[in-house]
Amino acid sequence: MSATEGLNLTLKVWRQKNDKEQGKMETYQVSDISPDSSFLEMMDILNEQLIAEDNEPVAFDHDCREGICGSCSMYINGEAHGPGREITTCQLHMREFKDGETIFIEPWRAKAFPVIKDLVVDRSAFDRVMNAGGFISVNTSGNTQDANAIPIDKHDADKAFDAATCIGCGACVASCKNASAMLFVSAKVSQLSLLPQGKVEAKERVQNMVKQMDEEGFGNCSNTGACEVECPKGISLENIARMNREYLKSGIS
Amino acid sequence: MSKQLFSGSIGRKFAMALSALFLIIFLLQHFTINFTSVLSEETFNELSHFMGTNPIIQFVMQPILMFGVAFHFIMGFILEIKNRNSRAIKYAKNNGAANSSWMSRNMIWSGLFILFFLGFHFYDFWIPEMNYKYIEMKPEDPNRYYDEVVHMFASPGRVIVYCLSFVFLALHLMHGFQSAFQSMGARHDKYTPAIQKIGRAYAILIPVGFIFIAVFHYVNSL
Ligand code: HEM
Ligand code: SF4
Ligand code: FES
Repeated sequence: MSATEGLNLTLKVWRQKNDKEQGKMETYQVSDISPDSSFLEMMDILNEQLIAEDNEPVAFDHDCREGICGSCSMYINGEAHGPGREITTCQLHMREFKDGETIFIEPWRAKAFPVIKDLVVDRSAFDRVMNAGGFISVNTSGNTQDANAIPIDKHDADKAFDAATCIGCGACVASCKNASAMLFVSAKVSQLSLLPQGKVEAKERVQNMVKQMDEEGFGNCSNTGACEVECPKGISLENIARMNREYLKSGIS
Repeated sequence: MSKQLFSGSIGRKFAMALSALFLIIFLLQHFTINFTSVLSEETFNELSHFMGTNPIIQFVMQPILMFGVAFHFIMGFILEIKNRNSRAIKYAKNNGAANSSWMSRNMIWSGLFILFFLGFHFYDFWIPEMNYKYIEMKPEDPNRYYDEVVHMFASPGRVIVYCLSFVFLALHLMHGFQSAFQSMGARHDKYTPAIQKIGRAYAILIPVGFIFIAVFHYVNSL
């Protein structure tokens, strides 16, 4: 079933040529947008329009367009990935908006996520946090132990899997008033340290990842819970508490 | 590695939470003593005399308390500055109310109001008290405390400042109480809902209790 009436919208979009120059909000009009189209399709329509007018299209990150890659970072009307819960921007549909509405579209704002161009930000700070400890060292010499040979508590397995659903999108950082990366880092710490293979390096992992997180310039956690609400994967604050616990334990043991 | 414990972001929050829990316990004790002024003049005088003259309270506990308060608000400022610096360019449009409580986003403002109150309280109660005891060295009168309190709360201006300040304390603790536990990693499927309930109860009952004491003495003075 498709809605019949197209939407006429005013878009206020952040435009910035490159990482050196200052950007600003620009205003665009799009008309007759189908309520059934996704937000990214609406952006495509805007870009076709801009290209037809011989203007520079809006650069934005996107890849899978089905909520699994985490690239579609957009701060829409004051919320990461716009209104709606447990969705990414590519899963947001225009039916969430009213005809005649003004929509603000901004890049993730964080000192650790500098803007590259328009809505595209550099999230390699996350990669560096992962490099600092987001892995397990396994013996690949041919006599690796079969993972299924180690019994794992169902509870722990479930929690590790839940934490592992984090797609590294950075919505947590974008939503946090402190641009804190605690939800992301804690999900990665938890996913590994809950399982026996990850316990071996648990202590160094949490210390190194937190150290890198701080060095990247992310803020502290004020426990506002904004990250958990805006996270497309519903990663729980429980992970932050677990990371705090592990970190404090690692400092005294 | 343990050097990083208190310089890192998690260590700072742990220290913040510890100082906050200390203040929460102190406030409960302060409230209990103040509340006796509503029940019995005699008990209030006795307790106040003890608190005001016991050397352990005066020369050990009091400096610890001052350190705790100063640590808490200075660390609060440090965190706030670091957090603000983490986002150089603000959003043109931000809808904080969509995902978090007003209290949680404005701890610095409720905290600053409490700090303003503490300055006033210090000037109002503590400095005259120190002056009485240690500068003018007046002889101790174990029955002076109740009359002093009653006299203080006869002033409507003071009562209004007190009441308003306790509203901000309530807002601070509405978020802060449970947040302190989360900061220390104390979270559990079974116990966290209880901690949140106790936190809300504390955040409402203690400030309302302080307001009640102030208003009680004011009304009695009319
Ligand atoms: C003296 C003035 C005060 C200032 C400037 C202040 C400031 C702050 C700030 C900025 C925070 C948030 C820290 C963060 O976001 O990480 C905070 C947290 C907190 N404050 Fe205060 N505060 C003050 C007084 C008090 C008092 C008197 C109490 C309790 C009786 C209190 C209890 C708490 C609690 C429980 C927290 C939560 C700690 C956490 O998140 O780990 N504060 N304070
Ligand atoms: S925790 Fe959630 S919001 Fe943060 S990066 Fe992972 S999926 Fe995105
Ligand atoms: S484009 Fe992959 S999650 Fe949106």
